[in-house]
Amino acid sequence: MLKDITIGQYFPGNSLLHTMDARFKIIVTAIFIVMIFAADSFSALLPPLIFFILAFALSGLPVKLIARSMKPIIPVLVFTSVLNVFFVDGKALVSIFGINITDEGLIISGMMVLRLIALICGSSLLTYTTSPIILTDAIEKMLKPLSKIGFPAHELAMMMTIALRFIPTLIEETDKIMSAQKARGAELDSGTLVQRAKALVPILIPLFVSSFRRAEELALAMECRCYHGGEGRTKLREPVSGGKDYAALGVTLLFLCAVLLINMGKVVI
Amino acid sequence: MAIIKTVDLTYTYSEGTPFEKTAVNKVNIEIEEGELVGIIGHTGSGKSTLIQHLNGLIKPTSGKVIIDGEDIWDKNVKLRDIRFKVGLVFQYPEYQIFEETVYKDIAFGPKNMALDEKEIDKMVRETAALVGITDDMLRKSPFELSGGQKRRVAIAGVMAMRPKVLILDEPTAGLDPKGREVILSQIKKYHEETKSTVLLVSHSMEDVARFASKILVMNKSEVFCYDTPPAVFARAEEIASIGLSVPQITKVFGLLRSKGIDIRGDVYTVEFAMKTINEYLASHGKGGGDHA
Repeated sequence: MLKDITIGQYFPGNSLLHTMDARFKIIVTAIFIVMIFAADSFSALLPPLIFFILAFALSGLPVKLIARSMKPIIPVLVFTSVLNVFFVDGKALVSIFGINITDEGLIISGMMVLRLIALICGSSLLTYTTSPIILTDAIEKMLKPLSKIGFPAHELAMMMTIALRFIPTLIEETDKIMSAQKARGAELDSGTLVQRAKALVPILIPLFVSSFRRAEELALAMECRCYHGGEGRTKLREPVSGGKDYAALGVTLLFLCAVLLINMGKVVI
Repeated sequence: MAIIKTVDLTYTYSEGTPFEKTAVNKVNIEIEEGELVGIIGHTGSGKSTLIQHLNGLIKPTSGKVIIDGEDIWDKNVKLRDIRFKVGLVFQYPEYQIFEETVYKDIAFGPKNMALDEKEIDKMVRETAALVGITDDMLRKSPFELSGGQKRRVAIAGVMAMRPKVLILDEPTAGLDPKGREVILSQIKKYHEETKSTVLLVSHSMEDVARFASKILVMNKSEVFCYDTPPAVFARAEEIASIGLSVPQITKVFGLLRSKGIDIRGDVYTVEFAMKTINEYLASHGKGGGDHA
């Protein structure tokens, strides 16, 4: 169950997307998200959709992955679409128990679902094709100018790296503790809600204890290697940008223009 | 009747993905009640996966696990009852401790068995005494104890359920020689006092040789052999060829034999070695002081 989590997972490869400069990938993803939310009609959502399909085809990842990254957000999707369908005013199409289903409600909730799916897919594509370390390096580099006004760019990036690094470790640890408590007769998946909540105590306490222990050990290990924050620290891999990165950015901007033009009614699909 | 029996037990991790790996391959073993079995094998030989099948934490990909005559994956068998029957102590079990006091932590298992207060109290105190936990320590928070003490509390937590079969996965990992000795002798004592079946996973041939009545050697997801220590160590060369070491004293005897001395090769404890040498010297009509 816990092994299904794919957030922050990286699938190594050599595609165009994998080898792109991570800073550009972040910017492109941001523009993609802007596109999704700028689009105010179904036809305006078409360019971002085409853009995503193109990007995904270039990444060379298996199609199965999209389905896997969608799985955890299905409840959210259902919830938001149901809310929107029932509670948006407009011309009533059907009326059930005094609650109207309106055409506008249907349109808004349809847009909402499409946007959310695109949002998750787009950002997963970023993490699938970029290793966490390269990603945080890129974030650090992009935030660097802000450190002049006291923004802790390096510290933030380091925290993100560590957090991402420990997700799989914690998942493994949780699995192990769950097995150990099950071996002592703990019942985790039956009983009333209160019983189930109580059954979590034997899992959570050891998990907290070991997280603190790990944090302490890691801090000590970092100090032993003379870690002292970002000052004067150099990088093993400096990100380099090339022609293809600018080309990708250009293409993305073209798609954004397309969305805006459709919005303004200049282009009709 | 065998208390543990597996029939063609096979388990494959991440089946159907590129990461597929068979961790346990067609394992057929029968372990009689009351044995103290040492399980030995390399890291990744399938020991840990095998033992997690025995109390139903892992469902086999194919094959059967039969505990006390019952197929544990039969619809009518409650897995929870199997877990009380087959107690499993994981590696580094001190990381599963969570209660406020040592007493409560040891009582967690018996409480889950829905025993009454008196029985729980009896089990906890008996077990604590067995592993050398004093009444004073029972009242303390487990997080105040030393590493070795915590380990003993965690082991006691499983022993207190009085399982028919007790399985320990490397109970001495990461302890100093004295701590290892203490824990091993307590496990031995538990085995003798409760007459239960004990399975002990270990890396150390020496430990296993000294304590076990049977040895199960795992190699590359399969059972290499399951026999008494003399019979296993008589195959010292084969064991060395799969990359496991035999006890040092067995190696010495192997060298003696390779030098042409006609002495038995199934020696695996120092005491037995002494006896064998004396017998050898006596039968060859030489005095103890004569270095031939």
